[in-house]
Amino acid sequence: MSLSINPDLISLATIYGQLSLLAFGGGNSILPEMQRQIVDVHHWMTAREFVSLYAIAQAAPGPNMLVATLIGWQVAGLSGALVATAAISWPSCLLTVAVSSVWFRFREARWRRLVQVGIVPVTVGLVMAGAALLTYTTSSSWGLLALTAVATVVFLRTKLHPLIVLAAATALGATGWLS
Amino acid sequence: MDEKPPPPLRELFAGFFSVGVYGFGGVLPWARRMIVEQRQWLSPADFNDMLALCQFLPGPNIINLSAALGFRWYGWAGAITCFTGLMFAPMVIIILMGMGYAHVSGHPFVQHALSGLAAAASAFVIATSLKIASPLLRRPYSLGIVAVTFLAAAVFRVPLLYVVIVFAPLSILLLAQVEK
Repeated sequence: MSLSINPDLISLATIYGQLSLLAFGGGNSILPEMQRQIVDVHHWMTAREFVSLYAIAQAAPGPNMLVATLIGWQVAGLSGALVATAAISWPSCLLTVAVSSVWFRFREARWRRLVQVGIVPVTVGLVMAGAALLTYTTSSSWGLLALTAVATVVFLRTKLHPLIVLAAATALGATGWLS
Repeated sequence: MDEKPPPPLRELFAGFFSVGVYGFGGVLPWARRMIVEQRQWLSPADFNDMLALCQFLPGPNIINLSAALGFRWYGWAGAITCFTGLMFAPMVIIILMGMGYAHVSGHPFVQHALSGLAAAASAFVIATSLKIASPLLRRPYSLGIVAVTFLAAAVFRVPLLYVVIVFAPLSILLLAQVEK
């Protein structure tokens, strides 16, 4: 039996374990750091491939953190998928379980509201950064940039189910007219 | 909090399994519907309080919520049951999608289709960021924090750890000052 562990698995565990504890405001806030680590630091894939995987994960059911599973799969197969999923979930789950009993005692505490409200601008800045980095990569033509602009308005102004918009954009892209 | 007997483990599994399968485009609305409306495990107020905890702490909100809810009733067995229920189906589905992608990603038709999908995915994140930004307009100074965080993360590519360590306390202190 060999004791050597694929170094990519250790890197995946380290990256996603850290992201799990830094993901204030959910999945989209860690998008810039994920791209930085996967594309710029580890060179596991190009920015375009990263964005494709991110887009596929958006179109799949389940929590949007599942992009970690997909990237883990791409980097190191099934074990990569399992390691990345566990690393993105378990540290924050352990923290939540540990804090939950204390939490409900501070329902009325001023600091609790200050922290909750105070962290929002940072989350917004991070999600906007993620949006900018994604758009920078996906807008490889004027047609695709226009598609992003139109889809943004549709998401903001209509009650259409996001999946319908994603499907329509995929179909439109498949025609090749926009590229 | 609630005096009802806890739901059996297999119901916890089934409930979170359904959220994982149906939860397209963000699982939160589906989780709320299942927990509060369909199965009535929590009152709306209890759900909001639990969600506030999961949004307050880092990490994937609904995954944290599944673990905390399961733990509350059955300890670690409950946490693992809810987590597995939530994640099992989406993991299988996304790995199958990843395998499919690996097979066809070289095909120009697929490349075109994916570039359309990715453009819409960008739009989804832009729209999300604008939606969560709108309450901040009531506190204009907080837009300064948004701007410096954006520049640090998107333009200067500062590691997230430093961004959070510097700007989160700054933003909280600023709020505390303003609301004094």
